[in-house]
Amino acid sequence: MVLKAFFPTCCAAADSGLLVGRWVPEQSSAVVLAVVHFPFIPSQVKEFLAQVQQTSQVGVAVLGTWCHRRQEPEDNLGHFLEGLSAIFSHEPWLQLCREKGSTFWSCKATRWQGSTSPGAPSEDQVMIVFYDQRKVLLSQLHPPAILPDQETGDAAAGAVGLAAVFHTVARSEVLFRSDRFDEGPVRLSHWQSDGVEASILVELAKWASGPICLLLASLLSLVSAVSACWLFKLWPLPFIWSKLSTCEQLRYRLEQLTLIFSPQKAENPSQRMRKANMCVSVLLDVALGLTLLSWLHGKGRIEQLADALVPVADRVAEELQHLLQWLMGAPAGLKMNRALDQVLGRFFLYHIHLWISYIHLMSPFIERIVWHVGLSACLGLTVSLSILSDIIALLTFHIYCFYVYGARLYCLKICGLSSLWRLFRGKKWNVLRQRVDSCSYDLDQLFIGTLLFTILVFLLPTTALYYLVFTLLRLLVITVQGLIHLLVDLINSLPLYALGLRLCRPYRLAAGVKFRVLEQEAGRPLRLLMQINPLSYGRVVHTYRLPRYGCHPTHSWGSLCRKLFFGELIYPWRQREDKQD
Amino acid sequence: MENEQSFSDICGGRLALQRRYYSPSCREFCLSSPRLSLRSLTVVTSTVWLAAYGLFTVCENSVVLSAAIFITLLGLLGYLHFVKIDQETLLIIDSLGIQMTSSYASGKESTTFIEMDKDPVEPHEISQVVPVFQSAKPRLDCLIEVYRSCQEILAHQKAPSTSPQAHQKAPSTSPSIQKASIVSRGK
Repeated sequence: MVLKAFFPTCCAAADSGLLVGRWVPEQSSAVVLAVVHFPFIPSQVKEFLAQVQQTSQVGVAVLGTWCHRRQEPEDNLGHFLEGLSAIFSHEPWLQLCREKGSTFWSCKATRWQGSTSPGAPSEDQVMIVFYDQRKVLLSQLHPPAILPDQETGDAAAGAVGLAAVFHTVARSEVLFRSDRFDEGPVRLSHWQSDGVEASILVELAKWASGPICLLLASLLSLVSAVSACWLFKLWPLPFIWSKLSTCEQLRYRLEQLTLIFSPQKAENPSQRMRKANMCVSVLLDVALGLTLLSWLHGKGRIEQLADALVPVADRVAEELQHLLQWLMGAPAGLKMNRALDQVLGRFFLYHIHLWISYIHLMSPFIERIVWHVGLSACLGLTVSLSILSDIIALLTFHIYCFYVYGARLYCLKICGLSSLWRLFRGKKWNVLRQRVDSCSYDLDQLFIGTLLFTILVFLLPTTALYYLVFTLLRLLVITVQGLIHLLVDLINSLPLYALGLRLCRPYRLAAGVKFRVLEQEAGRPLRLLMQINPLSYGRVVHTYRLPRYGCHPTHSWGSLCRKLFFGELIYPWRQREDKQD
Repeated sequence: MENEQSFSDICGGRLALQRRYYSPSCREFCLSSPRLSLRSLTVVTSTVWLAAYGLFTVCENSVVLSAAIFITLLGLLGYLHFVKIDQETLLIIDSLGIQMTSSYASGKESTTFIEMDKDPVEPHEISQVVPVFQSAKPRLDCLIEVYRSCQEILAHQKAPSTSPQAHQKAPSTSPSIQKASIVSRGK
């Protein structure tokens, strides 16, 4: 098999020295992590490597020598380097050499054991693969090569293929902690050897986050304790809370904030990403909410909104009254049953009258209510949208009532019709056996049954028309509410931090690798450049999407149509899912 | 070492296959489709604009014309960036794997790398079938050429090289599963 030498690009300009890294025998690849420069004492180098091996659980060893000939050929250096293979024995022993002024390298990998001619070493074919150490260290492979619960012990052996390279570099962080300004026994060259990367802002944030997290966590636990108080569990309050989407949204946000500010550190990268995504989502939400707040409170828009609200409600009620008058006449040329028509029409008209009186009763307080509700925008845009959805639900409560009355009436009628139809044909529904059986009825039973059946059949168009009209209105309101909830869901679940990372630091989220063949020369080893292939945006959203609260309507279109046809009530309200992601 | 040969795709269009032999263990095949022709671009643009002008004479609203211009521009950019593939490259690296790159007309490149698996138990089992050259759709003769070259590389892997390593485990001298095999479409 061809031997693959993974060489960091930062070491390509380093002085001559020893190659230090990990050898993966299953893939016949040598991952070079750093270069140890002269002068060094072999025993100190061995001690240092043993320390690194113990701390990082990565089998770091001396893999070979690196020779960078800057001046005219130095023969004594060459002999010296060859002598080192006797001190640090490793199978196979790599010898990489770079000439001055030449882009092509020479490579030799010699093995002493297992060669056919004893006493003479056998040579392997070598392929050099360059990699950017910093990017490989910081990147995360998707799907992760090592599962989080396998991180103990000799987990480095778990990763297969190129994931082993990533894993080796990531776990060898302790090797990269010393830079060339440190006075250590060994002088190394790696990606951080010009100075360890750090940022003052990050350090300050880390230092400040401890006490801030504790403070906020205690505040949030206080808030959750208050909300779990027994006062709020008195009926009918829980019933109301479960129906209002604002409460659901507030509860969801409270949970998210508790998770963000919990004093425990995130254990694995996916938890860290989730925390970061939640944090950015909350920040964006609050920012959008504050923008909305500033827009609302400027130029007297609150008064305009409050002034417009009551006339709009009046207008809606007026339109409904016109609609009912139309239904009570001859709608679309259909001939209705006069008596039933009048009864239903008057019943609904009285309902609307009650509703209008209620709205007029509330009108002096509307402006204050709207002002206070507008303040809620500082909790986030999602809370404002949920409140808007709830206000729409409250304002169209009469439409909901009409829908329920119409649906119940229609449902009763359909039930009656189906059972009387069976009677008409001489059959009966057997409840025990759950099937239709034939039955012999008496004459008077048949007579009355048929009479009732005909009555119901002739009253069907009227009821069906009322049911149809109010169902359509109800569906319209549900559509508007559904759109608002869709927007809220989008803001809640979009992983903005991950998307930002993919845009600005694409190497952090890696779907795989890609290779580029560098300039070749016949007789020289093959040189490749390994680059990180970033994850596509669709996969980023799919992998890091935040869990949503509530469930989406589980009925398909077919079951929805069936329910509408038989007059069963459809509930668009969200039920809270018990299992959390 | 490079050489170029001309083939045709399943619809009869001309394709150019470029072969580069970097080393005995690394080969690259580059299949280039014909570029976007000026004629088809002119035809599509004129049709759209004539239709827009027709709508404009009916409804007397100049928004229709601006909308037509926007649609043409956005459509062209979208087509060049997301649909039109100019070149498809297949890079085979011995004992690493196979890389497939598609270069779009706008310069975007999308790469997939399939790693080669060394399974000591079943060296000749096919574990994955991945179609290649899906956009260029070359004919069977071109695919046979590519397939033959791939088999040469795998055979080179299997054949013992200058220093036989008898004490090694069997898989390293007679490796690998063909993780990607070439699927030919059409005739």
